[in-house]
Amino acid sequence: MPSYSATAGQQTFRFDTLAAVLAAATPARSGDELAGLAAETEAHRVAARFVLADLPLSEFLNEALVPYESDEVTRLIIDTHDAAAFAPLAAMTVGDLRDWLLSDAADARTLTAVAPGLTPEMVAAVSKLMRNQDLIAVARKCQVITRFRNTIGEPGRLSTRLQPNHPADDLKGIAVAILDGLLQGSGDAVIGINPASDSIANCTDILKALDQLRLDFDMPVQSCVLTHVTSTIQIIEAGGPVDLPFQSIAGTQAANTGFGVDLAVLREANEAARSLKRGTVGDNVMYFETGQGAPLSAGAHHGIDQQTLEVRAYGVARAFDPLLVNTVVGFIGPEYLYDGKQVIRAGLEDHFCGKLLGLPMGVDVCYTNHVEADQDDMDTLMTLLAAAGVNFVICVPGSDDVMLSYQSLAFEDAAYLRRTFGMAPAPEFEAWLARMNLAQEGGPRALPDLSGMMQRMGLSA
Amino acid sequence: MTDHQRPITPGADPFSRLRAMTPSRVRLDATGNAAPLQAVLDFQLSHARARDAIHQPADWAQITADLESLGGLDLLHLKSRAEDRMVYIRRPDLGRQLDDGSLTEVRAAAPATPPDLAIVIADGLSASAVTTHAARMVGHLKDALPELTLGPIALVREGRVAVGDAVAMALGAPLCLVLIGERPGLSVSDSLGAYLTWNPQAETPDSSRNCVSNIHGNGGLSYADATDLLAYLVRGARNLQATGVALKDDRPKGKLIGEG
Repeated sequence: MPSYSATAGQQTFRFDTLAAVLAAATPARSGDELAGLAAETEAHRVAARFVLADLPLSEFLNEALVPYESDEVTRLIIDTHDAAAFAPLAAMTVGDLRDWLLSDAADARTLTAVAPGLTPEMVAAVSKLMRNQDLIAVARKCQVITRFRNTIGEPGRLSTRLQPNHPADDLKGIAVAILDGLLQGSGDAVIGINPASDSIANCTDILKALDQLRLDFDMPVQSCVLTHVTSTIQIIEAGGPVDLPFQSIAGTQAANTGFGVDLAVLREANEAARSLKRGTVGDNVMYFETGQGAPLSAGAHHGIDQQTLEVRAYGVARAFDPLLVNTVVGFIGPEYLYDGKQVIRAGLEDHFCGKLLGLPMGVDVCYTNHVEADQDDMDTLMTLLAAAGVNFVICVPGSDDVMLSYQSLAFEDAAYLRRTFGMAPAPEFEAWLARMNLAQEGGPRALPDLSGMMQRMGLSA
Repeated sequence: MTDHQRPITPGADPFSRLRAMTPSRVRLDATGNAAPLQAVLDFQLSHARARDAIHQPADWAQITADLESLGGLDLLHLKSRAEDRMVYIRRPDLGRQLDDGSLTEVRAAAPATPPDLAIVIADGLSASAVTTHAARMVGHLKDALPELTLGPIALVREGRVAVGDAVAMALGAPLCLVLIGERPGLSVSDSLGAYLTWNPQAETPDSSRNCVSNIHGNGGLSYADATDLLAYLVRGARNLQATGVALKDDRPKGKLIGEG
């Protein structure tokens, strides 16, 4: 096994493994400190970055961080690596890759072309050498467009997941929250509900209600009930109206076992949903959520830092050509991401790394009450992500998710981003909003027929 | 209501009935402007209350006085290995362990005959929850379970649920009940949780506990209802010699109680 060393100032630092280099090079965060993997001093951290800068990218093809034999995520990454796409980068170090990504040579077309040649570990490594502005600048150049009933991710567009959760899954309560979101132009990425009860009957009822709403209003959107993928497969088999199977995923086989999934069951869900042919403009059907720290919390991190493992989760996601992927960046808690600074950095890393691997990345810009963060930090992160070209963000009424007890963005926040950056929702949804007199961009808006909408949503007296 | 929003039914806000259908902070305003200042400040107040509940210390003197007024209870004042709130929040592992001095103290206080039930009060993530509700719940439980011997009541600063395992083991108690402040949400910041563990061990998995959560006065479980349920679960645990997934709330019209 090779060892690595670098001299920073007067001091020489030695690293026994590639995983130790990656962990020490990572910007400070509480989860790596909790795992005992973080740099011991600030100089130690920078020394690890010197090592990374000179490390050939090919090292990541020879040194598996998690053993190939015992981890199907490693096997997926190595077995699907595209050597032809990697060829233009094959002679580069991690530092060279950083310079190339920031150069004009790396445009949208070439970035798309090299993506299959990059492994998650290479992408994690280069992100550790990049400042926040670098993460924004390169992510902005990546273009990842996906389609189901509308087109998500075009330049100049910002989509939103409308998250109308209700603590008792009350269908009328859910409808009121959806109405609130539609009035503010939200919902084109997905109308996605986290159910309070995961029973098959309950999830099917919510799916049917959402589907009826879509049909009644002829809305070019997709819906999702975020229950376990095995339940969604059962719902599909029973004839339920499933647009998008959802699953939380992580970057090691053991952590995915903790989520009750493996690659085979994700493949099964993807095929089952595609076979329904419910998409009108495309057939990207999977919806994945991720978040730094999940493997550590499941005791399945193999001594690897949480950000590198997060990017391996994107390696899982890209095998299924998903419609949507988002990190739930501030949800996991302060023992993994302590404060606003750490959450902001992680949000930018996750977005950049996902985009560079070719994923349609969104971010749940969010926090819990025991994280050292507030709405000002979320304002900063969402504004930076809009500058970085994030595909979608998540919105709940008044920023308060009353079912999951955490704070995400409000519908007004997405409207602020669109106004400030001159962005529009997905083109099909933008046209629908105009038809419904719900469009807000470009001058004073007409008022919609609200009583008619309420009546059709089953909300009238 | 803004001046350019036309009422749909003259003289009535058509949305007030809709707002009552969900606890969400729905706005239902078609004008699409920035969030109204009132809503912004309401949100900030809710967040401030939650933050204060997490970061202010519990009023241990008040809790002690309330417990002493119940009569007949010995008290132990203990600490976890997390020396302050900042460490507590960053290091969940330390909040699950008793510090050395506390462990010595519990061992010294262990009665000759092991008690049937060890009750542990830990601040967790809500000082206001334990200050307001914990001693009162102990009073209710004491009355509801007269057949049980209780060890000394342990008050643990900077404690997480699993710190109760160490206390119960040191006391030799086969059953442990931890009353702990739950992570505050925006709408409720003083919610108490109760975790019941049979045969507590060093590495007890959460699936081996029963949890009764949402004990608070803002639409949550009342002391009486929480006590009924906990007394039922305590007796069930003693009969079954187990807690966790095997132990259910199967009272008539009851609901399933999930593991903590």
